[in-house]
Amino acid sequence: MKFKIILIILLVNIHSISFTNEIINENKIHKNLRCLVCQGQSISDSNSDFAITLKMVVKDLVEQGKSEQEIYNFLSEKYGDWILYKPKLNKGNFLLWALPYIVLVSGGLIIVFLIRKRTEKS
Amino acid sequence: MKKIIKITISVFFIFILVVFYLSLNRSSNYDTENLVGIKLSKIKLESFESNKYFTNENLKKNNYTLINFWASWCAPCRIEHPLLMQLSKEANLKILGVNFKDKKNNALNFLNNLGNPYHYLAKDDQGKQSIGFGIYGIPESILINKDFVVIKKFIGPLNLEDFDEIKKITNSL
Repeated sequence: MKFKIILIILLVNIHSISFTNEIINENKIHKNLRCLVCQGQSISDSNSDFAITLKMVVKDLVEQGKSEQEIYNFLSEKYGDWILYKPKLNKGNFLLWALPYIVLVSGGLIIVFLIRKRTEKS
Repeated sequence: MKKIIKITISVFFIFILVVFYLSLNRSSNYDTENLVGIKLSKIKLESFESNKYFTNENLKKNNYTLINFWASWCAPCRIEHPLLMQLSKEANLKILGVNFKDKKNNALNFLNNLGNPYHYLAKDDQGKQSIGFGIYGIPESILINKDFVVIKKFIGPLNLEDFDEIKKITNSL
């Protein structure tokens, strides 16, 4: 049983283990940054003046050795969380992050409850 | 059990309706409300006329500083310019102009023709320094106090209402 649990934990975290030392992917950062002067576009999809400037700033910050999270922190400090497509967990968006897990657990409990009830009947 | 399922489904639908109602009533435009109160601790802007930089050191003696981002090619900047000229006469206020992605000759012609309201004049040729101030278009203006804390940010050209508000804030000392 213990072995199975360890195996599951390893499989769940394999992505983060493999890419811990991954070189920062600028394009990944661009895709998470909203173009504030565009309609529903990330700066990766936009060639607006603002998007081009922001790409240059991201490039500079990466060259300065800033991590992906540090870049997001810098920009959200200047523009607010609105600039991030995937904002950090906070009081305002807690439900957004937690709801899928709540639904998953509740669904699982309902299924277990129904199965038990059926086996009791039979 | 059926009752529980009915209640769960009803609660779920009500929740979705509430989320839709709140989301559709909320403005999706970028606003600067959460930027007010932030301290601009690392101001560094290249001077328009020399290779020097304006930093917090240069601005710390001012009670209030209005950082105005402008360019000669920007039509709304011409609209707000007369108000900046009037604000430049305010005793407790100094204006730092940041010439944004502009040509030096055009910027100088603009100031010669319309007047120069700026106590400090900086430039941002590539627009990269302005990102540090949360700028995404011009004209934009940021009013900071002696401690470099953002009092108010104005997106778009200053209007009479903004003008009165700036005067009221700076005269409150």
